[in-house]
Amino acid sequence: MRVVEKRQLLSAEEIGRTLQRLAHEIVEKSGGTNDLALVGIRRRGVPLSQRLAKTIRDSSGVNVPVGTLDITLYRDDLSTVGPQPVIHSNEIDFSVDDRDLVLVDDVLYTGRTIRAAMNGLFDLGRPKRIRLCVLIDRGHREMPIEASFVGRNVETSDTEIVEVRLKEIDGEERVVLIDRVP
Amino acid sequence: MLQRLQHLLGIEDLTREQVSFILDQAKPFQEFHRHPLKKLATLRGKTVALAFFENSTRTRISFATAAARLGADTMNLQAESSSLKKGESLLDTLWTLEAMRPDGIVIRHSSSGAPEFVAQRLGIPVVNAGDGTHEHPTQALLDALTIRDRKGKLEGLRVTILGDILHSRVARSNIHLLSKFGAHITLCGPAMWVPRDLESLAPDVRRVSRVDEALDGADVIIVLRVQTERLHEPMLAAEEYILQFQLTPERLRLAGPDTLVLHPGPMNRGLEIDPSVADGPQSGVLEQVTNGLAIRMALLYHLVGGAALEAAPAPGTTGKE
Amino acid sequence: MLLIKNGRVLDPSSGRDASLDILLDGSRISKVGANLSASNVEVFDASGMIVAPGFIDLHCHLREPGQELSETIETGTRAAARGGFTAVCTMPNTQPINDNASVTRGIVERAAAAGAVRVWPIGAASVGSKGEALAEIAAMRDAGIVAVSDDGKPVATARLMRQVMDYCRALDLPVIDHCEDPSLFAGGVMREGPRSIRLGLKGIPAQSESICVGRDVEVAMLTGARLHIAHMSTRASLEYVRAAKKQGLPVTCEVTPHHFTLIDEDVRYDSHYKMNPPLASREDRAALIEGLADGSVDAIATDHAPHHPSSKDVEFDRAPFGITGFETALALGLSELVHPGKISLKRLVELFTTGPARVLGIERKIAADEPADLTVFSPDVAWTFRAADSPSKSRNTPFDGRSFRGAPTATVVAGRIVYRR
Repeated sequence: MRVVEKRQLLSAEEIGRTLQRLAHEIVEKSGGTNDLALVGIRRRGVPLSQRLAKTIRDSSGVNVPVGTLDITLYRDDLSTVGPQPVIHSNEIDFSVDDRDLVLVDDVLYTGRTIRAAMNGLFDLGRPKRIRLCVLIDRGHREMPIEASFVGRNVETSDTEIVEVRLKEIDGEERVVLIDRVP
Repeated sequence: MLQRLQHLLGIEDLTREQVSFILDQAKPFQEFHRHPLKKLATLRGKTVALAFFENSTRTRISFATAAARLGADTMNLQAESSSLKKGESLLDTLWTLEAMRPDGIVIRHSSSGAPEFVAQRLGIPVVNAGDGTHEHPTQALLDALTIRDRKGKLEGLRVTILGDILHSRVARSNIHLLSKFGAHITLCGPAMWVPRDLESLAPDVRRVSRVDEALDGADVIIVLRVQTERLHEPMLAAEEYILQFQLTPERLRLAGPDTLVLHPGPMNRGLEIDPSVADGPQSGVLEQVTNGLAIRMALLYHLVGGAALEAAPAPGTTGKE
Repeated sequence: MLLIKNGRVLDPSSGRDASLDILLDGSRISKVGANLSASNVEVFDASGMIVAPGFIDLHCHLREPGQELSETIETGTRAAARGGFTAVCTMPNTQPINDNASVTRGIVERAAAAGAVRVWPIGAASVGSKGEALAEIAAMRDAGIVAVSDDGKPVATARLMRQVMDYCRALDLPVIDHCEDPSLFAGGVMREGPRSIRLGLKGIPAQSESICVGRDVEVAMLTGARLHIAHMSTRASLEYVRAAKKQGLPVTCEVTPHHFTLIDEDVRYDSHYKMNPPLASREDRAALIEGLADGSVDAIATDHAPHHPSSKDVEFDRAPFGITGFETALALGLSELVHPGKISLKRLVELFTTGPARVLGIERKIAADEPADLTVFSPDVAWTFRAADSPSKSRNTPFDGRSFRGAPTATVVAGRIVYRR
């Protein structure tokens, strides 16, 4: 079984433009930025949320708070094989109560990660609203979850993998579609 | 890649990396305690047996809370109500427990080596909550976390342990742990409770008979409780102990304003420690308690969560015959 | 009739070390010589083997009467035979204690009926071994005891020891003491030292034994009685014995195989390492080996102390003291002492034969008219000891699975082969 790159979905430039568009959408559709806050889901949701906040700051001058959420403790797929995954701390230094939160992640797939993220957020307090912003929505939902802000919709099969590579983590900037071949 | 921990029987056999890993993994759980809602579902469906053959309220509650906050259920075995008093052997008590299929067991016992005894025979993870005068690993871990947070590091600290070292499993675990980080350890207490053989526990351990010499330059002072219930001989008069070894504000000044004072609890205020020191700004006892919860949650998360151990011996066999 | 041919006869009494044959007639040795032959005789070919006088174990526990769950005279002596022993001295701490003639007779009779080897009982020094009144030692002697001891405990006081010694001197019985100071022993479970500190187990200082040895030697000086120190384990104790011998006192001592093999650093949370006296320090072991070599130590004795598995399979603190020892004694003697060149083979044989015999005031030799008790062994055969194969009812040994070079190949008691490899 090997993995083979099928095609590139987004180039570095396209990632940049998509994030710009998403940032503006978030501001437009939030009826004001007072209660707005972004929460990036570890790992790749984190640089994405930070870039969105920067764009919002650069264009509107508003400093939207950004936090980091680790969902390991809320996952539903632990305890099957092998040792427990390493956990990390959240870094959310603002109160979640009455916030207009936007969860940020790289890829929306089954929706389980987002379910876990919401559990995590509700342990911290009671947000006014939670919406979801993702770079790629690849379908195949197993939970009743939808994203309000989507960079690109991509049709995929079960064997395919969508890989988002960001310079802060992977040292390169592109989104690729990968397949597993026997 | 860290070797996966199956049990936590003691600090002695852990590597420095494993200790650091546990401390790092406790950090998210420290943060967790600032959440308004302190309940996870991570260990939901798992049961943790709390086998406390020796009386303990604080440690037992700490483990019970840790398990509950992770969403696990607990099974309680306490010395008074256990059939151990009726002469049932440790082994039989454990088979009974194991038949109820807990996913992990936390054990405190008055016999050194009891957790290892249990771990060799049952097929589930074992956490040592204190065995005889051997080790109390979670105490040393929470002490280390408190030290690391307050002092910014664990490396090369001057640590003084004060009191009845001979009968203290807390002291032994601390000596093992801090030595892994190059600590310079000074032991001080009544001579018959600080025998020379303690110096062989780790490379940089020395005994000092006078408390002011022991405290001079200490970064951390760990004050041990005078264990009146252990009935060891000789019973030293309280006044004698206080005169020579109590940690008073004056003695604390010999150490310094930045010296951290720890106590494994429960404290005999006015005996081994002056109340104003116990409650003062240099005391870390409250953090010790919250850190205890974080450490125990991290340990239960890693040891009890996850897949079951491989190659468990069948219940009812000792594996030795 | 039994003819043992082609063996290397090693007889310390006569100094003989030669290839000789031995003819046994009934329960006595009939002839010792080169190239013997006889008709209508069972022949045992001892080529490549050592033929020694029958080994004597001065110290063991056969647990009968009263503790038959752990061992019986039958099972224990079968294990002894497997270890090459032709006679074993069984300690009185049974239930009831062997402190009177009827218990002694019971043991003697049981041994005659079911024992694989000779059983020589040791009687208690005090009634119930309580350290108060003298036991009926004279009556027990008539019933067959060979020595007196309160083993399991020390003879309680110097005053009582004096009385026991005076009394036994008149009866020509040796007094064997399990040397220990109860106030220093005080609930300990292993030797006090770096290892006990590390394991968090209550330690027993070496002085617990030597203080009592010193006391006993002083009382021996006072009484002139024969004193034998049981399972001696420390250098300090040995020094007292050496000094006593130098003064010409009839003081003797024995060392167990586990004490010349293991040390306190070997102890772990495994009750198979828990015995009394506890495993001692590296320096003690070295001193004991020196004593075994230079004659200060008179005998190797096993202190075979069987405990049924269920009683040993508990936390270290709670486990009873003691390990088995019959079947590994010779093998450990060879692997720890002879093969590494610390003592000679002849010396090892002395420690199992003439040494114990001298303590008991008897002779052990290979000569015409002597009892036909022989221990035949191979000093080289490779084998692995498996506790599960032992005829003993107990499995409490730290040597399970250990490989050895050298083992008994035949044990002859009163002219009959009671064990054959």
